Amino acid sequence: MSGNSQQVLLDGSLLITEALVRAGADVFIGYPITPANLLYQYGKKRFPAALAAPDEISTLQWMSGFSAVGKIPVTATSFPGFALMVESINMAYMMELPMVIVLAQRLGPSTGTATAGAQGDLLLLQGTISGGYSLPTLCASNTEDCWKLAAQAVHMAVNLRTPVILLTSKEGVMTVRNFDLSKLPKIKKVSPSLYKDKKPYQSYLPAENLVPPFLPVGNKDHQVRVTASTHNAEGILQGLSDSALENTRRLQKKLEKNITDYTFFECDEEKGADTILVSYGITAQAARMAVTCLRSEGCKVSLLIAKTLFPVTETYKEILNRYSTVVIAEENYTGQFKQVLYGNSPTEQVTGVNAVGRMVKPEEIVMEVKKHA
Amino acid sequence: MPKTFLTNDNLPFCSGCSHSPIARQTEEALQKIGVNPLDVILVTDIGCHGIIDSKFHTHTVHGLHGRSMALASGIAAALSDPSKKVIVFIGDGGATIGVNHLIAAAHRNFDITVVLHNNMLYGMTGGQPSDLTPCGFKTRTDLEGPIDDCLDMVSLTKSAGGAYASRIKAVGDFSDSLAEAFQVKGFSLIEILELCPSYGIKHNKDVRLKSIESQFNLSLERHHNKKAKCHKTTYRADVSSLLDGLKVVAKEFEHGLKEAFSLLIGGSAGKGAQSAADIFIKAALSCGLNVTKKGSYPVTVGTGYSAVEVILSPEPIQYTWIQKIDWALVSSADGLSFLQNRLKNMSEGFILADNEFEVSQTKASVLKGDFLNTGGAKEINLLMLLVFLNRTKIFSPEAFLKAISESPLGKKIDVQQLVKNAEAIQKEFN
Repeated sequence: MSGNSQQVLLDGSLLITEALVRAGADVFIGYPITPANLLYQYGKKRFPAALAAPDEISTLQWMSGFSAVGKIPVTATSFPGFALMVESINMAYMMELPMVIVLAQRLGPSTGTATAGAQGDLLLLQGTISGGYSLPTLCASNTEDCWKLAAQAVHMAVNLRTPVILLTSKEGVMTVRNFDLSKLPKIKKVSPSLYKDKKPYQSYLPAENLVPPFLPVGNKDHQVRVTASTHNAEGILQGLSDSALENTRRLQKKLEKNITDYTFFECDEEKGADTILVSYGITAQAARMAVTCLRSEGCKVSLLIAKTLFPVTETYKEILNRYSTVVIAEENYTGQFKQVLYGNSPTEQVTGVNAVGRMVKPEEIVMEVKKHA
Repeated sequence: MPKTFLTNDNLPFCSGCSHSPIARQTEEALQKIGVNPLDVILVTDIGCHGIIDSKFHTHTVHGLHGRSMALASGIAAALSDPSKKVIVFIGDGGATIGVNHLIAAAHRNFDITVVLHNNMLYGMTGGQPSDLTPCGFKTRTDLEGPIDDCLDMVSLTKSAGGAYASRIKAVGDFSDSLAEAFQVKGFSLIEILELCPSYGIKHNKDVRLKSIESQFNLSLERHHNKKAKCHKTTYRADVSSLLDGLKVVAKEFEHGLKEAFSLLIGGSAGKGAQSAADIFIKAALSCGLNVTKKGSYPVTVGTGYSAVEVILSPEPIQYTWIQKIDWALVSSADGLSFLQNRLKNMSEGFILADNEFEVSQTKASVLKGDFLNTGGAKEINLLMLLVFLNRTKIFSPEAFLKAISESPLGKKIDVQQLVKNAEAIQKEFN
């Protein structure tokens, strides 16, 4: 610990909440669920406004209402609550409403064990939006990420007009630890790009970056149409017209066009290594330790910690293609990120280290990497 | 009267459908109350009624089946502006699937008006019965009609606390009724009885809209609670940073650790295991150690075990899962029971326990003392931690005593007595 450090005791929930507000989020709408309850508690205390919703469907609908009039809403939940939100997340996605959903993973299936951590919701997130569209997802790999990525989630949501998932887990949001506050970078408050023209406003007419400038529902100058069904640039329900389908395809294109602004990862490549270890979220802890251990034994290995999970960036593929062996460590049964990256039939050179009901152990990763050495 | 709110297009509904007069009389009602189109937000959802929004000059929001009341609730709560009119068009199908949103909105008196187009069946999907289909009203998939009475949304709104609820039928000029509902401060529901020309009339040839209320025992009623308190969202400025509430802990004491160290505490709910551990990790931090702490307890937090996992390390702690336990402190029978399997699996290390508890089948060294009788159940965790520190010297016991004094427990605990109690127990070990 350095002499200038400002050591405090805190949990990830506190940093996430503070960072979300500093980045511009202004209302927390919640329904209680373990392990997201600290976020609810801090949210109630810290956000300019906070509402207790009667269920998770209402939560997402209320958030969409707040977002439509120009507020930046946040909620925090876990799988059972998220499952109820899925239809409404599709709605907010189609309406292009900025919001942040903190998803604190816990052990499933079903209600599983509320107080046990997990990384089991990745494929659910990949398939949340009907039709093969990406739901932007950032994933915190340590305490500092709780701060940085929470702020980025707000910026991404507002600047790309989309719901954004901030993915974490019980271990990431409930474990108390010492932390040096002097390490926290300043957070810039987001300022949305508003429509300023005098011509009639079209809610979904995109700017050059494929994101439509925003105007709040209820403003006095222009009519705003917000629509969940397939619609054209004016926001009018269109069925299968060319312009409406192009507008729907734009939802994916705008993410892909702008994803480099929100691509976050750590890549620690070792010269001469043939194997790369990949991890994300809470298992990044074990992955970092495993790499330290392997290198101390002279075993060459590189490390990729993915923080932007969706849309999957080409950058990951470029990095991974440089290695003959890829080991992917994550806390779920069948290797969800492995499936995201390599599909259902990965080659023998792509292997997983998995655990359920406990964290992946560094020595398990070490053994798997050594198998390929 | 020239149109202000509706376009001049033809309305998109079937001939004879009352959805058209509802749209036209909404125009008239809004003109009567004198609002501007851009002060009106029309929220629709899935159902025939929902295809109207392209015909309105107001702001329009087209959402999910049955969720329009919740979506409008969010809009109204966010605006909290009495000059805005948030109007929901919903059908009886949407009101069925979204009945919880009606209750929630009425309960909180969000400032919205729900115009419930009740044609007593699902029209868009082919004429199935909804929860608002009255007993005996025939539909395409239920040719006998429901045997139960329909759900009464007016009385539901009233009992949920909504400011206004009325039931009318789509006959003649009802724009005054709509205008009255639009002007309510808080939640208002206006249910309009209709007959679907495509699916309703066909199977109920003897039913007439003019006499529908008496044929199905639906009372045309009106309730207005002027004392109902309209929801208003307050946006607080200058809320304190959560970081301001954190106490910066300076390094004041020394530690003796060269590598990471793990400690478990097994106690009982309400007996201070969590707060003792909080004090302990703060003390460790004041000695320059890195710390992590995780608490475990059953969902019924007031009874049963209360366990703590602590990691201390001179180096930053990357991995927060304890694999090898160095020490375990057992301060209650609940804690022992919860930790039993982990204690059995210890192949080395130490377990500190009260004399009362039988800790067996472990390869760890078990140290026992008369903690409960010496310190009492409420102080046992602090006493055990102090004995543990005196024994291991992993960090300065003075740091721990100082942290106790500075904690909320400081005023309740006699620290000097705690020190004496710890010494007395340590003599037993010797």
